[in-house]
Amino acid sequence: MSALLSVQNMSHYFGGLKAVSEFSFDVPEGVIYGLIGPNGSGKTTCFNLITGIYTPTQGKILFKGEEIQGNKPFRIVHKGIARTFQNLRIFNNLSVIDNIRVARHFTTRSGVFSTLLRLPSFKQEEEKVREEAMNLIQLMNLHSRATEMAKNLPYGELRRLEIARALATKPKLILLDEPAAGMNPKETEDLMRLIQRVRDEFKVTIFLIEHHMKFVTGICEKVKVIDFGTTIAEGRPEDVVKDPKVLEAYLGRKAVVC
Amino acid sequence: MESIFSPQQIVNGLQLGAIYALIALGYTMVYGIVRLINFAHGDFFMVGAYAAFGSFFMFNVFLPRGNGLAFIVLILAMAAGGAIAVLTDHFAYKPLRYKPKLSSLVTAIGVSMLLEYAFSAIPMIGPSPRGFPEILPKKMYHFGSAEVSNYVIVDLAVAAVLMIGLTFLIQRTSLGKAMRAVSQDKDAARLMGINVDRIISLTFLIGGAFAGAAGLLAGLTYPRIQPYMGILPGLKAFIAAVLGGIGSIPGAVLGAFIMGIAETCATAYNSLLGEGIAFVILIVVLLLRPSGIFGEKTADKI
Amino acid sequence: MDKLKSLKLLMAGLIFYLIVQILSAVGVLNGYFMVIINRSLVFVILAVSLNLINGVTGQFSLGHMGFAAVGAYASGSITTLIFKLSPHHPQDAVVFLIAIIVGGFFAALAGFLIGFPSLRLKGDYLAIVTLGFGEIIRTILNNIPAVGGPRGLLGIPKFSNFTVIFLFTLGTIILIRNLVQSSIGRTMISIRENELASELVGVDTTKYKVLGFVVGAFFAGIGGGLLAHLLQIAHPTQYGFYASALILIMVYVGGIGSLTGSIVAAFSLTFLTEGLRVGIDWLRDTVGIPIGTEWTMVIYAVLLILIMLYKTEGLMGMRESSILVIKEKQG
Repeated sequence: MSALLSVQNMSHYFGGLKAVSEFSFDVPEGVIYGLIGPNGSGKTTCFNLITGIYTPTQGKILFKGEEIQGNKPFRIVHKGIARTFQNLRIFNNLSVIDNIRVARHFTTRSGVFSTLLRLPSFKQEEEKVREEAMNLIQLMNLHSRATEMAKNLPYGELRRLEIARALATKPKLILLDEPAAGMNPKETEDLMRLIQRVRDEFKVTIFLIEHHMKFVTGICEKVKVIDFGTTIAEGRPEDVVKDPKVLEAYLGRKAVVC
Repeated sequence: MESIFSPQQIVNGLQLGAIYALIALGYTMVYGIVRLINFAHGDFFMVGAYAAFGSFFMFNVFLPRGNGLAFIVLILAMAAGGAIAVLTDHFAYKPLRYKPKLSSLVTAIGVSMLLEYAFSAIPMIGPSPRGFPEILPKKMYHFGSAEVSNYVIVDLAVAAVLMIGLTFLIQRTSLGKAMRAVSQDKDAARLMGINVDRIISLTFLIGGAFAGAAGLLAGLTYPRIQPYMGILPGLKAFIAAVLGGIGSIPGAVLGAFIMGIAETCATAYNSLLGEGIAFVILIVVLLLRPSGIFGEKTADKI
Repeated sequence: MDKLKSLKLLMAGLIFYLIVQILSAVGVLNGYFMVIINRSLVFVILAVSLNLINGVTGQFSLGHMGFAAVGAYASGSITTLIFKLSPHHPQDAVVFLIAIIVGGFFAALAGFLIGFPSLRLKGDYLAIVTLGFGEIIRTILNNIPAVGGPRGLLGIPKFSNFTVIFLFTLGTIILIRNLVQSSIGRTMISIRENELASELVGVDTTKYKVLGFVVGAFFAGIGGGLLAHLLQIAHPTQYGFYASALILIMVYVGGIGSLTGSIVAAFSLTFLTEGLRVGIDWLRDTVGIPIGTEWTMVIYAVLLILIMLYKTEGLMGMRESSILVIKEKQG
């Protein structure tokens, strides 16, 4: 199985502070891959590096065998990587359907003139985008909300909307940044099923960050545990949780905190 | 052509730079603390100039022209600049402190218009320009090819004394420490028991007072004042603050002197260039080094 | 049915046009009122186009009148020149139309040259840069003898009339509405709502910010051209910072992001300006209180501050009148 995403020896510094240190890992195509680590361990930075918000100080990021580091974020999206955010970033004053349609925009061809004049080709394309967006809304069980302003949605629906919006870019790989944050056990359960469904129906690879251990072991097929920017364990979740280093560094500390 | 960088131009540039520096300090301090480009700051400078104008004629009734009177006029110009700044902050900016930044900016534009047009509309003040009195008898000195008036010395001396005072306040006093703390992190400062609102008011007070002093110096040096006199110097001082790195105090001073010298030299070459040089500098800085000379890059939290 | 709905705006425009024409014909609206109505319509163009930049795309331009100046001077120079060469040109209307559009394109070019380097900046910095650029445009015009320098460009033929201005205004509203309520428009709004998220759903944010700026500048140029051919003069002082600020006030009073709001505010504030001017003249000449027209701007400044403090969303918020909304299929 070849890797869809391959991070090689990636480091990143903020000033003198080392946020990510010599990270290497492969995310194989079609899996649900989890990156676990306590707060401040460099997880979100890692996502920001992959999605082009930051450029790594050193190292390579390969997506489908092509180096993508240094590309602008929107170009990386065009190549097939989408993401969600830990603290939701929804377009509040756009409706649910419009939030999704924005993510389809880069695939459209209509220029300014055909838009200004609403030429037939423009209308056709708009209709196609609208239908695609409605399909996603149906799948995410948001159809009763389609024309509602996003800011009026409850938290759980916003999480789904953000995933729908990421899917609208037709990605090969979706990065989910703490998808279960702020959810109760029932919602978390539903989310796990949703993520599995998304992977199967859309044939995407899923790469998620969590510090919620049960969630990760529940759905990930492969996990990597990091602390202070370095890897401490990697493998199948059931093996990793038994790793003494993990128990000590992560679960141990977590247990004390809890 | 030899006159472009002549000693005379440099002297004139330093003099203009001193006035810009006093205005730029207010921009940079307020930006450092509340992250707001105080659009009305140039108008505080105008208010200071009118306060100086009025207080000169009021006190000239009892006092002869000279250093004593000039000192009183300076204090009153600073008081007026400081007062208008504190009032503006209290009524116009404070209610919007935790709203989107652009709301405060638009309000600041409103305050700027209000001050300018109100000063034009009040018959005792505007709208026509007024000649500024010679508060101090003017004397000329010759140094080689450069002619230096005592006003140059006064401008530079006032600016220097105020800047040294400010540096002392910020570096050596607990109030200064509190100001630095608020500029770093308002919430943390509040948790440490600092009265954040009072520190912000104090910042506006100092910035406004400095602008008021600059208003007096500008009136003295370029003896004509009018209600719109704050727009361009305000804008140029802002650009000076950006050049030095907005939020940085030494940066504002350095930027202001660079701006003053660049402007006088450019004007000597071509008046159109003189008018536009500030914007050319702004664009170059923003394209090449938006954080300015002493500015720090700030990473947005994502 | 769908066709009928898209005609709503045209119908509303036609009704407005007929009412004004009838009232003007029977003498209710005299020449003086027609001037104010014409001016209001030009301000509608300017406010709606600024709203595209400041409201829809969420950027912040303080130099909108600079673009209007480019349009005014460019189109004014063309018509003045042709008018001088042959005073009774048979194709006056065609020349005028082309000149106005060319003026718009010049303004759009200026918008591109200014927008491209400066739109990398965020809100408040952008405001200062655009203000600076507006001032530079004004300074340059002040210093070009060929367009009259500080005297202004004089002797522009009076080609603008109610019908022409009305048609351009209606056209501007329709085109900008079409843009806002499209895939491109939603992309622009997404930049306003959350620029990073927009970039991370594949939007080339710089491109769309510049696009909003260029389209806004184009229509500002159209507005400037119409104004120059109405007043028969283009003068650098007409296009200074405070003229830009007045447009900004219209956009904020009307409601940021609402085209309806900009239209309503442009009309009300133009009439208010005129009303205040009449009131001030009356107080000064009849009552004998020595006050000047500066009070108009004092009132506007207070209005702007009060709106920002107590009704940030303006008259309309982000809502649009149903006349301006393009209906879509549901489900």
